[in-house]
Amino acid sequence: MAFITANWNPLGEAFYRKTELYEMCWNLRDGLRDCLVAAAPYGGPIALLREPHRRSPSSRPQLEIYSASGVSITSFPWKSGPVVQLGWTVSDELLCIQEDGSVLIYDVFGSFKRHFSMGQEVVQSQVLEAKVFHSPYGTGVAIVTGSSRFTLATNIDDLKLRRLPEVPGLRGRPSCWVVLTQDRQTKVLLSTGPELYILDNTSCTAVCPPGFGPQAGSIVHMSVSFSYKYLALFTDTGHVWTGSSHLQDKLSEVDTKKSTPPKQMVWCRRPKSQQPSVVLMWDRLLMVAGVCNDTIQFPMEDQCVLVGELDGVRIISSTNQELLQEVPLVCQDIFKIASMAPGALLLEAHREYEKSSQKADEYLREIKEQSMLGEAVRQCVEAAGHEYDTNTQKSLLRAASFGKCFLTDFSPDPFVSTCRELRVLNAVRESDVGLPLTYTQFKQMTLQVLIDRLVYRQFYPLAIEICRYLKIPDYQGVSRVLKHWASCKVQQKDLSDEAIARAVCVKVGDSPGVSYSHIAAKAYECGRTELAIKLLDFEARSGEQVPLLLKMKRSQLALSKAVESGDTDLVYTVVTYLKNEMNRGDFFMTLRNQPVALSLYRQFCKLQEQETLKDLYNQDDDHQELANYYVTASYREKRLDSRLSLLQSAVDEYNKAKNEFSAKATEDEMRLLRFQRKLDDEKGAGLLGLSLQATMEALLALGLHKQAEQLYRDFRVPDKRYWWLKLKSLAEKEEWEELEKFSKSKKSPIGYLAFVEVCMKCNNKYEAKKYVSKVTPEQKVKAHLAISDLEGAADVAIEHKNESEMAAVLSRCSASDRSLIDRLNRARASVAKK
Amino acid sequence: MAHSARRDSPELPDFSLLKRLARDQLVYLLEQLPGKKDLFIEADLMSPLDRIANVSTLKEHEVDKLYKVEYKPITSTSDQLCFLIRPRIKTVKWICDVANADKATGKFRRYKIIFTPQKFYACEAVLEEQGIFGDVTTDEWAFYLLPLDDDIISLELPEFFRDNFLAGDQRWVRTAGSALHLLHSLYGPFSKVYGIGRCSKMAYESWREQVAEGEQRTRQAEIGRVFLIDRDVDFVTPLCSQVVYEGLVDDIFRIKCGCVEFGPDVTSDKSVKVMLNSQDKVFNEIRNEHFSNVFGFLSQKARNLQTAYDKRRGMDIKQMKTFVSEELKGLKQEHRLLSLHIGASESIMKKKTKQDFQELLKTEHSLLEGFEIRECISFIEEHINRQVSMIQSLRLLCLLSITENGLMPKDYRSLKAQYLQSYGVDHLLTFANLRHLGLLVEQQPGETLTVMESKVGKLVNDKTAGKLTDAFSSLARKSNFRALSRRLNLVPKSGEEYDLRVPRDMAYIFSGAYVPLSCKLIEQVLERDGWTGLEEVTKLLNGNEFAVTGSNGADSKAKNDAQRIILVMFLGGCTFSEISALRFLGREKGYKFIVVATAITNSSRLLESLLDNHV
Repeated sequence: MAFITANWNPLGEAFYRKTELYEMCWNLRDGLRDCLVAAAPYGGPIALLREPHRRSPSSRPQLEIYSASGVSITSFPWKSGPVVQLGWTVSDELLCIQEDGSVLIYDVFGSFKRHFSMGQEVVQSQVLEAKVFHSPYGTGVAIVTGSSRFTLATNIDDLKLRRLPEVPGLRGRPSCWVVLTQDRQTKVLLSTGPELYILDNTSCTAVCPPGFGPQAGSIVHMSVSFSYKYLALFTDTGHVWTGSSHLQDKLSEVDTKKSTPPKQMVWCRRPKSQQPSVVLMWDRLLMVAGVCNDTIQFPMEDQCVLVGELDGVRIISSTNQELLQEVPLVCQDIFKIASMAPGALLLEAHREYEKSSQKADEYLREIKEQSMLGEAVRQCVEAAGHEYDTNTQKSLLRAASFGKCFLTDFSPDPFVSTCRELRVLNAVRESDVGLPLTYTQFKQMTLQVLIDRLVYRQFYPLAIEICRYLKIPDYQGVSRVLKHWASCKVQQKDLSDEAIARAVCVKVGDSPGVSYSHIAAKAYECGRTELAIKLLDFEARSGEQVPLLLKMKRSQLALSKAVESGDTDLVYTVVTYLKNEMNRGDFFMTLRNQPVALSLYRQFCKLQEQETLKDLYNQDDDHQELANYYVTASYREKRLDSRLSLLQSAVDEYNKAKNEFSAKATEDEMRLLRFQRKLDDEKGAGLLGLSLQATMEALLALGLHKQAEQLYRDFRVPDKRYWWLKLKSLAEKEEWEELEKFSKSKKSPIGYLAFVEVCMKCNNKYEAKKYVSKVTPEQKVKAHLAISDLEGAADVAIEHKNESEMAAVLSRCSASDRSLIDRLNRARASVAKK
Repeated sequence: MAHSARRDSPELPDFSLLKRLARDQLVYLLEQLPGKKDLFIEADLMSPLDRIANVSTLKEHEVDKLYKVEYKPITSTSDQLCFLIRPRIKTVKWICDVANADKATGKFRRYKIIFTPQKFYACEAVLEEQGIFGDVTTDEWAFYLLPLDDDIISLELPEFFRDNFLAGDQRWVRTAGSALHLLHSLYGPFSKVYGIGRCSKMAYESWREQVAEGEQRTRQAEIGRVFLIDRDVDFVTPLCSQVVYEGLVDDIFRIKCGCVEFGPDVTSDKSVKVMLNSQDKVFNEIRNEHFSNVFGFLSQKARNLQTAYDKRRGMDIKQMKTFVSEELKGLKQEHRLLSLHIGASESIMKKKTKQDFQELLKTEHSLLEGFEIRECISFIEEHINRQVSMIQSLRLLCLLSITENGLMPKDYRSLKAQYLQSYGVDHLLTFANLRHLGLLVEQQPGETLTVMESKVGKLVNDKTAGKLTDAFSSLARKSNFRALSRRLNLVPKSGEEYDLRVPRDMAYIFSGAYVPLSCKLIEQVLERDGWTGLEEVTKLLNGNEFAVTGSNGADSKAKNDAQRIILVMFLGGCTFSEISALRFLGREKGYKFIVVATAITNSSRLLESLLDNHV
């Protein structure tokens, strides 16, 4: 604890410290010599290609991938062409840029993803140098070819190659170059020795950095900062010029007194720091050169690789890994020797308190007097975040917690969240996970991305634990991890379908937001159709199952699932698919087993494809429906003979369906149609298409009694119907004599009250009266009432001694019928007495 | 109104929100097609649209001219056409024809189709088939629910009935589920859902699925319980003549989308359109009354009105001023409405008090009771022979078949033959449809026993009859009306006087002759909080019943008002009589019912949708 400042090195006003991150787990026989090394920022994985220039097929170079702590992830012999450069994308995929301009992409486990080319002309001219860079648009690749031309791809996921203009006077490779992303434009800054050029899409401009005197010599190395804000140039005279990458301002110029160009030069600064500095590495020396013209020098024993980070530089050697960074201001405040910052005092107070010393109180008082306790707590919490050592973190957090006790209304949130986040960070920094993230990097990267990275590296249990611990909603947290886990699980070739399905089901259960169909799709992609079907069974929403089942050509199953889902659109999708995929016979057979789909398709056919409808019924031997179909069709037909032939087909089908009634009715209809046509031709009666009743009506209206009579007999029209019809017809035509004759032709099957009523309807009371006498005794009263003969009605009612009849008459009497009312009432009373 | 509501009746939720939502979405969709455009509206969407957005609202959003879809070449000259239609293949095909005609003449226009309430894959398939898929943009106007009144919401989908129950086409089930989901998300969460019928079950499942997909919100429920019922559970009720005022008005004048057009015979002037809902104070008081009471009520009302007018006499200037400013307008309004309803009642009287109607009702009641069936059959025969009314005859035939569990083969043939003679052979198809639905069927030889059983049942005690019924209920699709009627006591004992002024049960809506089966089921299930004890009944109804407690089952016990607000969804339509019956039940038990129907139906609409003689 006391020695926390032991590894601090002052540079100007700032301090730099080198913290050990890991003892590397790897065991590299030859160290990092003769290796192409690429280490991804944000504690990403490390890729190593040994002896990249070896080309003999007998001994291929080995490509190895390690975690940041040196745990081997994969290794395999490099069988493709010679590699110029390795690099990592923002999503931790490895880019291998080959001499011929093709770029191969591998995932972190060494499985090949895809490849692309940097242009045809490169195959000829070869890639001399390549750089992988990151920008807001994603990961980009820049190359310079043997013909001294630059080609850029700003985003490899949306590949657009840009060939930059020629650089005047450049032969071979430039002495050094970098890629800059500025003002939403990607440019190349290059030096041909004395000259410095900016190369953009359209032009090549010579530039001169401010304050860069001609005496400085020619530029042999350059470097841009992580944020593309700063630029460092190293000249052959050993000077380091630093300034803004816009080349507007100069920051400093330091003489390193070194004549050889450094092997690597990397910016080392933290966001918002006022003191940017550059780290230079030679074979045995590491030098930090700052704005203040001062330097720090570290001797080095081993071959190293520098990795620029957001807030420092990681130094990877064959044995260990260190983080070189500017000490954060808050840590300086607290730990600087004899610091009187409130945080420092609070830490001291807590230390005394633990020793049960009363000095604790003195310190506390001092802070409180300045009313700086809040600030002190805040400082301790913040500093804890920046410390890598867990003991230091703990003592700072304890101090903060101690200080908090003396504060009222102090929000505990920053303290709590720092504690939680540190716990997560410490967990992922563990050597077997190997993500040496600083707090600043973690904040920049966000928790979401961290979980993604863990998932990507297949640390599923840890990812789930973190999600649960930080109480991330299931949708973004646990479920998402499970989804990835399951997608990965189904690819395990050594497990049986059954075992995988069970394992997936047990783990995933019904977590919200995990779609089994998604997992099944993955299984299908890996060629495991059976497994996919098993997994689909777990999918609760049957609608989700259908598209995949179709893709897997399990159309029958897809259809039944679609039907199950109750979503008719889905059923229809499958039906259309089947219609195009299958031959007609099979298609109909399939539908036959699915009544829901069948009726849906029938509905569609009724409107769109009448012929198909017929085929459908035919297939099913559904004679009844087929007959109905013909009947419907017959009504659409204008010409009589085709209409008749359709009806004949209907008759045949009805017979087949053993529906004699309908067959007979249809035959009758055919007979009627022929009859109507005959009469239409003869008399122009306009009967075609009328019902039997309407035909008879029309005939009677036309006075064609004989023909009507014929229909009556031929079609066995019930007597009642015919009598009603004739009665009405004659009355309407006011053929009263004819009517009387008709009434006497035989005993009326509809009785004679009907005659009375019909006559009254035609307002002929005189005629109506004629029939009253013929009415049956039960209806006599009604008949008399119908012709408004109250007296007559009353007589009959009294004669019948029927109370309800009397009441009926009474209800029709008006006040003027005094005597009648009296008579009725008397009769009623006498009936009631009995 | 003679009977007063229970004082603790809960308040109904405010459904005008549904209208606002629909309007806002429509406006949004119209704005998606900026600039002047002509709007083509499907004929049966005109009235519902009118309830949501009037012409000026449409004009505000750059709708230039309005046209009704008429399946003819169009005359519009606008270069942007917007079609507001139901997802029907026929209409889509017509739009394709319009677009293709434009193409042929080299005319360039933009087309946008707005399907409501949703689009179907089949429609898009037609667009694709006709080669204009790329030329039109499509959208969905999620206008599922139209509040017709405070307690009536309609999906305005009359085709639901035929598509679902006759053609077995289940595409509307999801629509019903979505409608339920909308209500649930606005007025839920529902704590208990009951239902009966295959379609109800599917709609319920579709809704549950949508709930599972969406996010959960916890809020104070406004509607506590839901009852789903398929129309084919109870065909008897919609086939009976309606005698409650609102139902009668619907039967005679046809209420369309909550609005009725009274012709000159009512107004003795030119036709007027009248909105029939609770805003109409006069109507609100008579809508649920048996028609025999309506006249008395209206004349009383007229007298009251006269007295109110008479107050003017002997007023001084100041009183007169307040009278004019405060009361006169209301009185005038009431006066106008009163005279309309009196006119309507007179017109109804003229049509209905004739002998025929009384005999018709008598026959219906006999059928419901199962007495004097022979006489009923001859009445129906005469009805057919005299060509009284195509639909009415059909209605009586169906009623006969359902109540008698099918017709005797001899009757079946002869009645059908006579009907065909009267109205044409094309009704063979209609009969095929009716048979398919079980509305008009022939007794299978084995089933004649059931008739025997029902006759025996009247003689022997109920227990033995019950056993016999069990033995037969396993037989194929049949109505089992007689057994149901006995078990649920649907037909009150005849001979007792029934005072229609003071109804004692829901039977009053059918003059005391029959308690509607659908409403009786609802009453029973609510009373028992489920189907326990109704096993026999559900067996007779072909099962498919369910009762599910919602996720927040715990607070369903809580005695909040929402538990007494019950949403009843009729899949396949609902009649005004049923609504009246439910209102009565609500008053008796302190519930408030909200009726959601795929459409308001009655016997004519029901049967017309099953006709197949239109070519």
